Amino acid sequence: MAIAKVNGVEVEFEPGMTVLQVAELAGEEIPRFCYHERLSIAGNCRMCLVEVKPGPPKPQASCALPAAEGQEIFTKTPMVKKAREGVMEFLLINHPLDCPICDQGGECDLQDQAVGYGRDESRYDENKRAVEEKAMGPLIKTVMTRCIQCTRCVRFITEVAGSPEIGLISRGEDVEITTYLGAAVTSELSANVIDLCPVGALTSKPYAFEARPWELKKTESIDVMDALGSSIRVDARANAVLRVLPRINEDVNEEWISDKTRYAVDGLQRQRLDRPYVRVDGKLKPATWNEAFAAVAAKIKATAPERIGVIAGDLQDAESLKATKDLFTALGVKNLDARQDGSALGAGPRESWLFNSTIAGIEDADVVLFVGANPRLEAPVLNARFRKQWIAGKTRFGVIGEQADLTFGYDYLGAGAKTLSGLAKAKADFVAALKAAERPAIIVGQGALSRADGAAILKAAAGLAKTFNVVREGWNGWNVLHTAAARVAGLDLGFVPGEGALAAGDMLKPGAVDVLFLLGADECETAASDAFKIYLGTHGDAGAHKADVILPGAAYTEKNGLYVNTEGRVQIGKRAVFPKGEAKEDWSILRALSEVLGHKLPYDSLDQLRAKLFADHPTFGQIDFAPGSVPTVFDLATVGGEGEVSDAPFESAVKAFHLTNPIARASVTMAECAANVSAASKIAAE
Amino acid sequence: MSAPIHSIRKARVMVGILEDKDRIFTNLYGLQDWGLEGAKARGCWNGTKDILDAGRDWIIENMKNSGLRGRGGAGFSTGLKWSFMPKEVKDGRPHYLVVNADESEPGTCKDREIMRHDPHLLIEGCLIASRAMLAHACYIYIRGEYVFERERLEAAIKQAYDAKLVGKDNVHGWDFEIYVHHGAGAYICGEETALLESLEGKKGQPRLKPPFPAGAGLYGMPTTVNNVESIAVAGTILRRGASWFAGFGRPNNAGTKLFCVSGHVNLPCNVEEAMSIPFRQLMEDHCGGIRGGWGNLKAVIPGGSSVPMIPAEQCEDLPMDFDALRNLRSGLGTAAVIVMDKSTDLVRAIARLSYFYKHESCGQCTPCREGTGWMWRVMERMATGEADPKEIDTLLDVTTQVEGHTICALGDAAAWPIQGLFRHFRHEVEERIASYRSGRLHVQGAKLIAAE
Repeated sequence: MAIAKVNGVEVEFEPGMTVLQVAELAGEEIPRFCYHERLSIAGNCRMCLVEVKPGPPKPQASCALPAAEGQEIFTKTPMVKKAREGVMEFLLINHPLDCPICDQGGECDLQDQAVGYGRDESRYDENKRAVEEKAMGPLIKTVMTRCIQCTRCVRFITEVAGSPEIGLISRGEDVEITTYLGAAVTSELSANVIDLCPVGALTSKPYAFEARPWELKKTESIDVMDALGSSIRVDARANAVLRVLPRINEDVNEEWISDKTRYAVDGLQRQRLDRPYVRVDGKLKPATWNEAFAAVAAKIKATAPERIGVIAGDLQDAESLKATKDLFTALGVKNLDARQDGSALGAGPRESWLFNSTIAGIEDADVVLFVGANPRLEAPVLNARFRKQWIAGKTRFGVIGEQADLTFGYDYLGAGAKTLSGLAKAKADFVAALKAAERPAIIVGQGALSRADGAAILKAAAGLAKTFNVVREGWNGWNVLHTAAARVAGLDLGFVPGEGALAAGDMLKPGAVDVLFLLGADECETAASDAFKIYLGTHGDAGAHKADVILPGAAYTEKNGLYVNTEGRVQIGKRAVFPKGEAKEDWSILRALSEVLGHKLPYDSLDQLRAKLFADHPTFGQIDFAPGSVPTVFDLATVGGEGEVSDAPFESAVKAFHLTNPIARASVTMAECAANVSAASKIAAE
Repeated sequence: MSAPIHSIRKARVMVGILEDKDRIFTNLYGLQDWGLEGAKARGCWNGTKDILDAGRDWIIENMKNSGLRGRGGAGFSTGLKWSFMPKEVKDGRPHYLVVNADESEPGTCKDREIMRHDPHLLIEGCLIASRAMLAHACYIYIRGEYVFERERLEAAIKQAYDAKLVGKDNVHGWDFEIYVHHGAGAYICGEETALLESLEGKKGQPRLKPPFPAGAGLYGMPTTVNNVESIAVAGTILRRGASWFAGFGRPNNAGTKLFCVSGHVNLPCNVEEAMSIPFRQLMEDHCGGIRGGWGNLKAVIPGGSSVPMIPAEQCEDLPMDFDALRNLRSGLGTAAVIVMDKSTDLVRAIARLSYFYKHESCGQCTPCREGTGWMWRVMERMATGEADPKEIDTLLDVTTQVEGHTICALGDAAAWPIQGLFRHFRHEVEERIASYRSGRLHVQGAKLIAAE
């Protein structure tokens, strides 16, 4: 540890820190625009100037200057004050005075710092510069006259997102941020530039002129758009969710979220099921809760348990899964499945379906093999970590599956199961690297496991993992990348078919069951099934269209709930707004239904339900804990099953990134994004 | 009628201080063969192998002893700069020499003449400097507008390759490749780190320092960037001895120097002279005197457009060297002397320079991007007299807000000419504003405001 003085106070710091970081250690606030902890240092805004001794008799940019032993740092001298005032003045001379109509107002770095560090009057009499707006796609609204050229957006899109589509062109006072050829930004992480923009140059297009930050009720919650469980903040006014922003969570999403996480929420206002419906004479008619329950109870009571099937969807909270399982188990139903995609997971030990390296821990891996996964589409925020590792040159990647642009370089090994089973004996350079690796990791995607031969592929992958010894002392490199937020909770609960019972795919076959209870399950094909379908969910999507009774539930922003992410981390989602119309929280619907069915569930409140959940499944009690971080005994030989393996190439479980769940499919913004992507790919194909 | 210009020069036998035998650039005017034979006849490539064989330490020691200060403008000791390079090539990180031939400073045209007429001095210097810094590759970044110079330089390099003077397994025993890179015409690419960015194929924007190029320069490898003249004089210095070179000029300002004199003199010229030559002697011996006589001198920009001007009264006994000019709060810069006689509209002139810096700012960092445009616009109004008198102090304050606050020195370069103008000629601006306000159509370009 080295020691420097900040305004006369001694501070210990790690060698390699910058002057700015050392000053912050000492509790001094250093204003900045271009500097950002997670981006490369540009040093171009000059707002962070401080006085440093020994050094030249002029202010130094503290963000870029390495701190040195015995250095004296001054942040309050007249020189520093004048420097800050000067830079502030320069930033403001060409910045429009349109704060009253600017969406950044109230959460604008420039506003705040102008108050804190600027002069109180302007000396600039010249005309201000105006810059043309840029087209950046359906998410990013530009008012480029407000831009202060800090280049955070350029550095983010180049370094983190890995699709260098934004740049700084021209020079001098004519410099402009733009997308190349005015094209829309195509990265799945693109909207993070809106958060990064310290001024109102890049703002949120769907949220434009919607609200002021001080009008919003902010709720810290968890995202369900993918299986990462990114930390988010849900901003709502009255009963409408207006926007979602990322929260910092070093273990999961750092401070990024995907565009889907951020912008699917307009789907929460559309296509909503706000009252129960019952199908009468082939048509869905509005009904009361009692009528709906009566219809459900009549059907279920008249049906033998083995003729009842239950399928849970991708966005469910653990409590509703638990209540559903408890209710139908009490009814004697064994046809339960939380894997509507038909994934082969769920039979082995818990480690077999987790991302054991943990999301933060995967950065320690030195060789990573993807099997049937496209992390860019399935978990864009995690993909940014892979890119970070790749840029640092720490990790080598190999892919079996789609040869897609992952924003980082990899060895392409092959398309399907044949490559997987032959890999141990292959002569590829990558295989030698995997063999020699100290911390090898295998990441298996749902694209490889959600097939008829999923179990056999899982076994082959586990065999490969054993061959390359990816689970070893102090390191567990066996990783499953899920795509559904509810999947791990479902597997942890044992929400899978009992002995001799039907899995989701079998339940959906004609004549397989007489009653099908769909708990928010919209991604399974129910058209062929002739069963009486009860749908509990939020949107008028696939499940509701085919349903005979609809029970309107609560979306993830409308209920308190537990979610388990792909690494097995249990996280608490919070209610930001109330359910729509007559809709209720899912667990309370199930509780009410249980009473009608004569099998009253033994809990009257969410707390009691959670207590039972924790008692029955202790892993759920470990809030915000990723089990992969502690070493366990885990035998890979128990993973997977026997069977024929098909030659078909692995395909990612996510085909259309923007349209993976009912909320996203109801979202206008996501529809625009999806159209944009498909149009872009059409143009590229020409 | 005044006498024809050539007759003024003919009338004198010996001019200036420096004798012909002590000139380094003996073909500065291109009167002889620029090629390899001519260069060899003038002494170039003579004993180069002995110099290289003397080794790194000997070369650097002698360069230090010669007192050569960098000719690109900053005036930092060249030998010392070379000594900052790592003493051995480690971890497979090659060393590079980069020669800054992006000569774009208004008023400066010395490197141009070297590359046109004495290119072999530069090539030989590159080899010697590379030996001293253990580099096996050298890049010469030449200004975009210098098309002819690039062709001449490339032809000379080809001659050197053909004669096995450079290249792999050359006669000097130091493997050495030399590349010419043609810039695209941006002034900022003459800043050493912007030059490196441009050389790497990126946008020419200066890098943050530290790290300095000697630690992480071209492609992140140890690199030294030197001016053409600094490199081109190295061979002759080492051949004739450090003490010979150090014998010219005042202490700490050693050697000979190319002066580029332009503006209101009878004979604008490039001339190699001893450092510390009195300004008046430089004018009268080499430049045929000030247009209209010494008394007609108004001000001088002594080192290229970016240094502050000095008024005539300070030029009387002024030695032209780094320290003397620094004491006058100006600088020798590239020794591009811009002479302005009493017919000059100084305000207009500086406004034009302000436009240049506004145009050439890379736009990366705030004070320069925003400040250069602001300063130029105010200067334009000062030039017509339309400005407000109190804007003078605002303008000066703005220059101090730019100066020293930027990533590279372009901010300083934009601020200094304005500061120099107001330091010595503030009264002119004030008079102009006053006369504009009094309603007299007195100033060219000024507009009359309607009486109401």
